[in-house]
Amino acid sequence: MSKLTLSAIATITALAFSAGAHAEKIAIIGGTVHTMTAQGTIEDATVLIEDGKISKVIAQEVSTDASYRVIDAKGKVITPGFIGAYTSLGLVEVPSWAGTNDSSVGKSDLHAALDATAAVNPDTTLRNISRIEGITSAATSIGYSDTIYKGRGAIITLGDDVDPVMKKRAFMSIDLSNSGADVSGGSRAALWLDIRNALNEAIYAQSITFTPQTEWHGTLSKANVQALIPVIKGEMPLLVKVHRASDIRRVIKLTKNFKRLNVTLVGASEAWRVADEVAAAGMSVILNPESNLPYTFEQNGATLANAARLNDAGVNVAIGMSTHNIRLAPQHAGNAVANGLPWQAGLASLTTAPAKIYGIDNRVGSIKAGMQADVVIWSGDPLEVMQAPTNVIINGEEVPLESRQTKLRDRYLKIDNEKPQQYTRP
Amino acid sequence: MKTLNKALFTGLSLVAAATLVGCGGSEAKKAQAPFVEINKDPYPSTYKALPSVATLITNANVYDGIGGFFENTSVLLADGKIKAIGNSIKAADDVKVVDGKGKWITPGIIDVHSHLGVYATPDTGSHSDGNEMVKPVTAAVWAEHSILVQDPGFRRALAGGVTSMQILPGSGNLIGGRGVTVKNLPNRVIQDMKFPDAPYGLKMACGENPKRVYGKKGGPMTRMGNVAGYRQAWADAENYQRSWDKYKADYEAGKDAKAPKRDLNLDTLAGVLRGDILVHMHCYRADDMGTMIDVMKEFNYQIASFQHAVESYKIADKLAENNICSAMWADWWGFKMEAYDGIRENIPMVANAKACAIVHSDSDQGIQRLNQEAAKALSDGQRAGIDFSKADAWTWLTANPAKSLGIFEQTGSIEVGKNADVVMWSSEPFSTYSQAEMVFIDGGVAFDRNKPETWAVSDYELGQVAEGDHK
Repeated sequence: MSKLTLSAIATITALAFSAGAHAEKIAIIGGTVHTMTAQGTIEDATVLIEDGKISKVIAQEVSTDASYRVIDAKGKVITPGFIGAYTSLGLVEVPSWAGTNDSSVGKSDLHAALDATAAVNPDTTLRNISRIEGITSAATSIGYSDTIYKGRGAIITLGDDVDPVMKKRAFMSIDLSNSGADVSGGSRAALWLDIRNALNEAIYAQSITFTPQTEWHGTLSKANVQALIPVIKGEMPLLVKVHRASDIRRVIKLTKNFKRLNVTLVGASEAWRVADEVAAAGMSVILNPESNLPYTFEQNGATLANAARLNDAGVNVAIGMSTHNIRLAPQHAGNAVANGLPWQAGLASLTTAPAKIYGIDNRVGSIKAGMQADVVIWSGDPLEVMQAPTNVIINGEEVPLESRQTKLRDRYLKIDNEKPQQYTRP
Repeated sequence: MKTLNKALFTGLSLVAAATLVGCGGSEAKKAQAPFVEINKDPYPSTYKALPSVATLITNANVYDGIGGFFENTSVLLADGKIKAIGNSIKAADDVKVVDGKGKWITPGIIDVHSHLGVYATPDTGSHSDGNEMVKPVTAAVWAEHSILVQDPGFRRALAGGVTSMQILPGSGNLIGGRGVTVKNLPNRVIQDMKFPDAPYGLKMACGENPKRVYGKKGGPMTRMGNVAGYRQAWADAENYQRSWDKYKADYEAGKDAKAPKRDLNLDTLAGVLRGDILVHMHCYRADDMGTMIDVMKEFNYQIASFQHAVESYKIADKLAENNICSAMWADWWGFKMEAYDGIRENIPMVANAKACAIVHSDSDQGIQRLNQEAAKALSDGQRAGIDFSKADAWTWLTANPAKSLGIFEQTGSIEVGKNADVVMWSSEPFSTYSQAEMVFIDGGVAFDRNKPETWAVSDYELGQVAEGDHK
């Protein structure tokens, strides 16, 4: 060490904050591994992790050399890290009346062009709170705007990285449900013309090289129309919030006119009524399987059987629509299973299904050689409410099972009657 | 009702006595006007149990809701009551036998914090009837006068094993109004749902909500303003109560006393001071709860429960000392500053301090899965070294809420003589996959998962998409 130059020390320090910890080699031995690949589920398997990646999955217990740190997973369940399918993680600490909330955009000239990436806070308290319960990455989106557009969302890791963005401008999110109609003059009669017009303008705009001097007479601003170009090319997934069966049919019709759109339905309470059409259109669905009440007239068909019926029809179903409690996605999936979704599809809804939607399935969502090492070891069935992670590995690094919440718990597990509790350092 | 009859009888006797004096006396004494008594139950329950047949559930596993667990046990429901528990119950020929092998039986879940009906689905402005946010103290309003009994949420809650609930006004006001405890058996009018003889609750709210609502319209705009508001309300209620006490004393002394003017706000608040109405107080922060304990002592009333009490774990010992229940979520947190310190071990930490812990929902979704909320709290506690049994944890769902609502003599546990408010679960109810298979309310089958013809359908849902579907 004494021979290292200052610049070398700086390099090492930088590594320690980013990729340095990835150097650790980990062997997870024993346990039931749900690979979410063609390999299926393997009992008593070994998962080797090296340099932030999964290096090998071996269908038996093996002994490793001393270079590996061994985690004994006998009797436990191993899954890929869960992906928050639709969240505002990193954009908000406290939504109500507590200062800046980057997941909410009021008066702004930007709509399609909004960019969540710029707002993501790697130090959000929600990161540790979510990841210690098995969520290792997430799609994050603006949650509210006063137009139908929520702009461009990002994919983030919940690891310790300084820059948590795994994929910037990863998807476009729009609202074509009642709430979208409400901000479009209060009627679908306006909403649908607006969205068709916007997509048409994007088609015209794709051949233009925009400068501040470019003449442009579209109704969308230059920034907004440019943001839609990758969408109409099918390069950027388009997430469409929608509930009513007839609206879902209209979205499908939209994709007949704009053939390259890569659409995923969000919410989709009545999607089960048009399940075959959704499947035929190759659309995925992100839903909350517990939503079974007619919150609005467009959700009269809401049922706990939505996820199961869509899955039966062959639709790729992702579960996990929340921010502060995205950690409850496994419980939501469990309830979908209780209402008819096969268990494997329940697990897929938290892993491969969202990975596929965002085109990151070559990186996360399954356990196989070459994938980013996001691996969670569970005390038992992860969809069971009484089970929990015992180890969480993100980018090949085991993260401590600590959060602001566990520290509050530990401070107050024993009340100190001698001195103020603030002197108790958990 | 009992109080009312007694009061009327007393009033009539006094009138009669005065009349006699007037007729028989030698001096012409001015007759007293009829004694004015406030009717405490002007909107009486008209609840009627479902038709039922005597039912014996055999060989089930039973959590009795007061900490007991019994394997291979049978439970006999007859005449709306729990008639027998044990493994050698002889059933008469006309008793329907349900095979409970592999199933679990528990008391029906009781949610102490629901807004079903007052914020009914569909969630339209037309149905927003839960928060009378026109002034900070609206003790005069009663939730039962807002409830849409056709809210589809009631049947969803039933499918989650909820047999009773308290429906409260919202939390925009310092004092939001009266809550009402109902049986989860919606009928044509709200009186049909009212839990017979259940005391009224009074909804109060600490902290952020009243500040936010009234900060720009006359106040309170701070927590200290909130507390001044509660104190003035209680002081007014004391004054009101004194004026009625004086009227009564004067009347009984034969004076020509004039009854005070009725004030509906103060009627309710005086009811709390008399101990007739139970205070259920929305408070998140430990320091807010500490302050409210002092207000309670200053005006000599009892807080039955703090609701949403996300920081109860910080003062669980003080809550136990003051005999105040905490109604809590398993894991909600962070949606506003006063919810920022929520932790997953709150419920078991409160129970561990020997304070009364309750799992509540405040949600048309959460109310459908309160068993899972208790399961999460139990396991979170276990991982932190707080080792309650599942049977203990079930008390958070039934006995404790029943006690805080003043209905534990009737329901909240599987004990002989209690109302037959009972759930048969498909499997161990601490599992995500377990579902309420049969729900009995007063011995009647209110829900049978295997018989779609037993699924209640609200008027709203008739003729709509997916009417009578799996929900």
